[in-house]
Amino acid sequence: MNRPSEFTRASVFATAVLALSALTACASAPQGASGSGTASAGGSYTWWDPYPQHDASSAWAKRVGSCGQQAGVTIERTAYDTTALTNQALLAGQEGNAPDVILLDNPAVSTLADAGMLTPMADFGLDTARFDANLIAAGELDGKTYGIPIGANTLALYYNKKILDEAGVDPASIKDWASLGAALEKVKAAGAKPITFAAIGTEEGSFQFLPWFWGAGAQLTRLDSPQAVEALTLWTEWVKSGIAPNSVISNSQNTTWEEFLTGEFAFAENGTWQINSAAQADFPTGVVQIPGKDGGVAATPTGGEFITVPVQKDTARYAVTKKILECMTTPEGLVETGTTFAYYIPSTADGQEQILAKEPGLQPWVDAVRSAKGRTSDNLGTDYPPISEALWTAVQKALSGAASPADALEQAQAQAEQATGE
Amino acid sequence: MTSLRTEPVAVSGAARPAAPRGRARRWTAFAFLAPLIVYLLVFYAYPLYRNIELSVHDYTPRAFVQGDPEFTGLENYLDILADDTFLRALRSTAVFTLASIAAQYAIGLALAVFFHRHFRLAAPLRAMFLVPWLLPLIVSASTWSWMLNSENGIVNAALQAFGVGQINWLTSPDTSLLAVTIANIWLGVPFNLVILYAGLQNIPGELYEAAGLDGAGAWQRFRRITLPLLRPVSLITLLLGLIYTLKVVDIIWIMTRGGPADASTTLAIWSYREAFGTGQPDFSPAAAVGNLLILIAFVAGLAHVRLQRREETA
Repeated sequence: MNRPSEFTRASVFATAVLALSALTACASAPQGASGSGTASAGGSYTWWDPYPQHDASSAWAKRVGSCGQQAGVTIERTAYDTTALTNQALLAGQEGNAPDVILLDNPAVSTLADAGMLTPMADFGLDTARFDANLIAAGELDGKTYGIPIGANTLALYYNKKILDEAGVDPASIKDWASLGAALEKVKAAGAKPITFAAIGTEEGSFQFLPWFWGAGAQLTRLDSPQAVEALTLWTEWVKSGIAPNSVISNSQNTTWEEFLTGEFAFAENGTWQINSAAQADFPTGVVQIPGKDGGVAATPTGGEFITVPVQKDTARYAVTKKILECMTTPEGLVETGTTFAYYIPSTADGQEQILAKEPGLQPWVDAVRSAKGRTSDNLGTDYPPISEALWTAVQKALSGAASPADALEQAQAQAEQATGE
Repeated sequence: MTSLRTEPVAVSGAARPAAPRGRARRWTAFAFLAPLIVYLLVFYAYPLYRNIELSVHDYTPRAFVQGDPEFTGLENYLDILADDTFLRALRSTAVFTLASIAAQYAIGLALAVFFHRHFRLAAPLRAMFLVPWLLPLIVSASTWSWMLNSENGIVNAALQAFGVGQINWLTSPDTSLLAVTIANIWLGVPFNLVILYAGLQNIPGELYEAAGLDGAGAWQRFRRITLPLLRPVSLITLLLGLIYTLKVVDIIWIMTRGGPADASTTLAIWSYREAFGTGQPDFSPAAAVGNLLILIAFVAGLAHVRLQRREETA
């Protein structure tokens, strides 16, 4: 009986030590947090963005830092993964210690604005009229604008010129789904892999599917329309017949791009942000717009981040924040961001002309961005995220063979209606 | 009290020096306990309370930030039970958990018995079996998903050598649960091996000698000596395995995100996805699913305590 009680005493002691160290860790944490600048740290401003791939020594970090310098403060930048950023922002909003600036993926803007976490741009006297209407739409909610797109990107089809030449495919012949299908069959007959895209069960999957969905004439307000079924059938047939690899079901846009870079694929659906990488590939590449079902260019979704300002208790901070925002959104600032990143098309006509003067090769991308469509537009706003979740779930079901495209989309429509309360 | 009244002098004389000492001792005891109590309150009671609170309100992102959620009672729980995903997730959780711990235990026990024979190089080989335990999960789970890739995975390449066609391990609803279970079994074997091996060390060697003299074969020695004497250790291993496996999120999330078409969605994955997985946080249903999971684990924990008590009294 002696031993267990000694053991108990020892473990109580050990736990007590652990608890004390945990408590001291707790007590010191908030100090560290406020030291990094939310409350009254004067010279330092906090900045969150969804670019963990750009570390402190990157050109992007320097670009952010220089905007702080121009405003006379230092910027403390923290990067999160896109999904984690929304969660972190909500937590910070709840705790009342949100950062001064957040760069948000555009569908998240309406979510955070609806949560009452963001300050309208009009409060800063910032003019939002000069931004392209189709781009800034994602930042609008109930007539107010809660963020400014620091640039925009969208999707197109990259092709491997070597494979197309060998298969005898002229990229200019791709005008609609039928001619694209013929091109893919030709490539397959020539022994190469025809196409890859990302159908992963996340927002990326919806983002990649939308050009085909919209290109068939479908609307996000009706996920189970015959047009939507046509679009999903197109993808499903590609996977079934081996035109696209089965792994697209779990592949992200980055993974499919890596696949394309191996030189084995003729086409890859990917975004503006790969322009540099495509230019450096071991084979010649080119770009065609994603065709609509019956011809013309399909509407592609706009991607890209919005600069937003979370509500602060200390409103005196807004003056400096405004300077940081201006630095990021002047035409020159937009061009600088665009060239720093190599994947942003400026969000104003002014900025677009300036970047084209510098890099005329961007013309097809500027065209694509001008004709692109916001995911939360059509008045979807905060309804978009649950609709998108239903959509990518349907894509996953159909491509994996768990349900037919029609059944999958019918379930998706029911799921979306339930989630948006209609 | 009566004794105090009848013999006031004697009792109070004896009690006076004792009372402060007793109180002081009680305070000392409490002081020693206080950190533990604070620890339990801060790190166990509060999160649990918060989880329950989340699950009986409707926390939209707006309500979460503003702190004014609508009280909905058990509505979240009813919604979850009525959801198509619930039965699927429950079934997947049961399959994943039971298959994992059964295979982990069987393989772990086989390896423990094997290494118990103290042959040359037993120690370094045994150490190598611990590697899965030491690897960060992000590494082992990513490696598994590469190995099981439909087109470029080494597993399919090996199977193709034997004429088996392409198996879409992670991207077919028929195989994705199997794929994550295999990976999880591999991860859990070292834990079972270590505990069972330690248990084997406690079985006296003379028993085996005596059994050998009586003419018992290897199988009989295993059935009549090893298994019964290992029973307490086995029970604890299986119960801990059960509780650990119920909660697994990381490996499934990294390999399949619960997909495709929810085929590998367990209750834990479902809860995580609702809260953090979609960019559209739904904390309330997520907390409700989490609480159901806590309930299941709690029942398993109670069973553990009961069995342990029975073993102790036996």
